[in-house]
Amino acid sequence: MTDTSLTAGLPTRYERPSALAFLGYALGVVIILWSFAGAGFSIDKVISSPPRFADFLDRAFPPNVEPKVLARLGWKMLETLQIALAGAVIGIILSVPVALLAARGLIAPTWINQIVRTGLGFIRAVPDIAWALVFVVAVGLGPFAGMLAIAIDTIGFCGRFFADDMEAADKGPSESLTATGARKLDVVACATIPAAMPAFISTSLFATEKAVRSSTILGLVGAGGIGIELKVGFDLFDYPTAMTVILMIAVVVISIEYLSGWARTKIIGEQR
Amino acid sequence: MCVRCTQTLASLSSTTSSVTNFDIETLVAPARPDRTGADISAPVLPVDLRVTGLAKSFAGTPIFKDVSFGLSRGEAVAIVGANGTGKSTLLRCLMGLIPADAGSIDVLGTDVRGASNAALRAMRAQMGLVSQKHNLVPRLSVLSNVVQGLLGQKPGLRHWSQAFAPAPSREAALAALEKVGLAHLASRRADRLSGGQSQRVAIARALVGQPKILIADEPTASLDPAAGEDVMDLFFALARQEGVTVIFISHNIDHALQYGDRVLGLAQGGMPLDARAAGLSAEELRGLYD
Repeated sequence: MTDTSLTAGLPTRYERPSALAFLGYALGVVIILWSFAGAGFSIDKVISSPPRFADFLDRAFPPNVEPKVLARLGWKMLETLQIALAGAVIGIILSVPVALLAARGLIAPTWINQIVRTGLGFIRAVPDIAWALVFVVAVGLGPFAGMLAIAIDTIGFCGRFFADDMEAADKGPSESLTATGARKLDVVACATIPAAMPAFISTSLFATEKAVRSSTILGLVGAGGIGIELKVGFDLFDYPTAMTVILMIAVVVISIEYLSGWARTKIIGEQR
Repeated sequence: MCVRCTQTLASLSSTTSSVTNFDIETLVAPARPDRTGADISAPVLPVDLRVTGLAKSFAGTPIFKDVSFGLSRGEAVAIVGANGTGKSTLLRCLMGLIPADAGSIDVLGTDVRGASNAALRAMRAQMGLVSQKHNLVPRLSVLSNVVQGLLGQKPGLRHWSQAFAPAPSREAALAALEKVGLAHLASRRADRLSGGQSQRVAIARALVGQPKILIADEPTASLDPAAGEDVMDLFFALARQEGVTVIFISHNIDHALQYGDRVLGLAQGGMPLDARAAGLSAEELRGLYD
């Protein structure tokens, strides 16, 4: 039998929100609805789009698998991967010193941490396609502009996360080395970076995946890679070739994600 | 008491009596008893460490204040006290790892509170730290971890890994591992060791630079009782063999009495106990935890 004296002391299942909290929730809902309105959300268009989408699919299938087209797209895909890999590797390498300056309490004073973090925030705020446009202006059309765009985008991503990883690394080994009289740089090189290495590897693999995804669209603005084929396909209403490009990108990106997951497990293993 | 400790105590008495370097500040060391309570030496020894009127608080909450004590060369001092009394904080203040609020700390002739970073590093290069957790770098080899114990004396790339280290450093690291009985595991990754083995490697890392002062912060806290006894026996045998001054924290009252020449007790924001271990009973120490 239930002890009524005990149940009387039970807390209520749901707390009544305070007036301020209620106002906050209401404001949140209003902002979301306002955003839908700003984005031109239309139920009519949602309802009418499936037939148009079906029409596109009808015109796009079967994809263009002519050997000549496949060979051309294959080479462009290879160039896309080269842009992604070269850009990601340069970005990851440059991210390490940048992250050392961005990480609080490591080698740089707080004001430098703030400046570098703000710089990294700016890099991330600018989309990769915009960086590609900037580099096309700076170095001309072609894959080199794309590689630079990927490199700078990777620095924005890895610089921030490497810094966070080092700040969150186990402080024990660092303290033990500091206690031997080691310099800050030695402590960072011998204790902080090795402690953060599993997280570095994981972040680098994500950055490479991201670079591959980004590199597939850089061609839209003339920065090399398979993106230009996609643009030309749509511009000329050559939907079968555009569909081949889309499927090729999907296969490559999904494969890279699997490969990255496998590498993450092999390299980091149970250390994560 | 183990045979090894008896032997090392005997060697210590000969070592301490032969100390002739009195160019730094000296004091009359407390009489050093053997485990039966009889004095085996009462020399005038250099002071390795002197703390006066030390105070520390965190976010306005006082941890301890007016803590004063000294350590003479070769002495082993246990710090005991309940959780939150500031034992680890005190040790970190001594090494200059965290700043004290008031008082003075003199370690091996260095004014810790007023020292430059370079002076602090030079001081720490003469000290060794063994923590509760071994704090080895997990993905590196055992030998690399021990080589890194020399970074205070030999900074730079060559001591980042055993692969780059000059031959004398690699040999010194292997000799330190030999002392803790783990030379055969030199190339094993540190994260493949047992808890007891890891703590032994941490001792080797602390000893490789031939420190004058060894600091141990509950070195057996993460070990089972048998491994803990082994580590303590080894730690003190080596420390006494090298004539090193030891300051260690222990929640194990038996360890404090067995391995310490003196016991310092922290309680109620101060240090109400500073007494020779030989004259103390376990009951008296338990009183600090009430």
